Amino acid sequence: MFTPAAIALITTTAIASAVEVVEAFTIVLAMGLTRSWRAAIVGTLAAFAALALVTFVIGVTLKDLVSESVLQLVIGTLLLIFGLQWLRKAILRSSGLKALHDEDETFREEQAAARAAGRETRMGLDWFAFVVSFKGVFLEGLEVVFIVITFGLAAMNSDTARVENGMWYAAGGAVLAAVIVLTAGAVAHKPLSAVPENTMKYAVGLLLATFGTYWTAEGIGYFSPTGDSLHWYGAGDIPWPILGIFIAWLVLSRIAVSGLRQLPAARTALAARETAGAGLKPIVAGTATAT
Amino acid sequence: MGFITGFFRFWYDFVVGDAWDIAAGIVVVLILGGLLARADVLAEQQLTLLIGAGIVAVVGCSLFFEAQRRAKAAG
Repeated sequence: MFTPAAIALITTTAIASAVEVVEAFTIVLAMGLTRSWRAAIVGTLAAFAALALVTFVIGVTLKDLVSESVLQLVIGTLLLIFGLQWLRKAILRSSGLKALHDEDETFREEQAAARAAGRETRMGLDWFAFVVSFKGVFLEGLEVVFIVITFGLAAMNSDTARVENGMWYAAGGAVLAAVIVLTAGAVAHKPLSAVPENTMKYAVGLLLATFGTYWTAEGIGYFSPTGDSLHWYGAGDIPWPILGIFIAWLVLSRIAVSGLRQLPAARTALAARETAGAGLKPIVAGTATAT
Repeated sequence: MGFITGFFRFWYDFVVGDAWDIAAGIVVVLILGGLLARADVLAEQQLTLLIGAGIVAVVGCSLFFEAQRRAKAAG
């Protein structure tokens, strides 16, 4: 039941999803404390319902109505666009060309917006708090859905570490992340800024970009005369191509960071960040960043 | 009308975000990859490698232009 591969799947999905849950929690907390807990909670529950519906529709469509190559192409392309955005942001943040994500600052901005917004009541709810909570949870939740689909499908299709019902285990990992973050948040009663979000986003960006590259290229086979998925060099029982693509993205992203750090604008920003003590937490000795 | 605009705006922000050049570049790589696959002129392993290289090039170009933009903005 809980094989080592299943436990690894749950852990990976939980870590990746935790970043999104922390961001959603910050928004809901700001709305609850500043405007109305009732509206914030109803907005959150409405977003959960909408997410369940979207996931069900996407799941049924992809599982029953399309071929393997189309599935790979559609999911791979979305993952790729999505993962590369994360990776690009992480590279820019790490090089100093973009400010680090700061949960405390986001919280302050959300609270300021909540205080400035007018009062409008609809269906007995503070409409601003409801809408902002709904949008925040739905947006971050959609990213969790992508993470669950990616890791779940990858585990189900793995030749060496196959996890039967991998999608359920992946979904379990996301739920576990939500429980841990919400419990920690309820105890702390403030934004969870101690979570190394920037580093985690970089890691998840690398993973999404890796699977996105792998699947998109395989899915292009849909357009070939046979319509079958293409295969990478070294494809077989051990997923060498996935490992190779991951290493390639890791190396390329570190080269990009080193290159961009040489720019005067980046040097100035990094120096200012260091002076301000902007929470730099080295990932590895010598790489003073929290991407 | 507002709902439809908002609906598409939401999905655009979600999928494309602030890096439209990456989304556009990926679409170009997909179109070229699809044409090459249809033409059946390369071995599948060569084609996957070429698509991978194309994706890397898209990210590289996006970062290059972003760096240039920020360098210009910084004066």
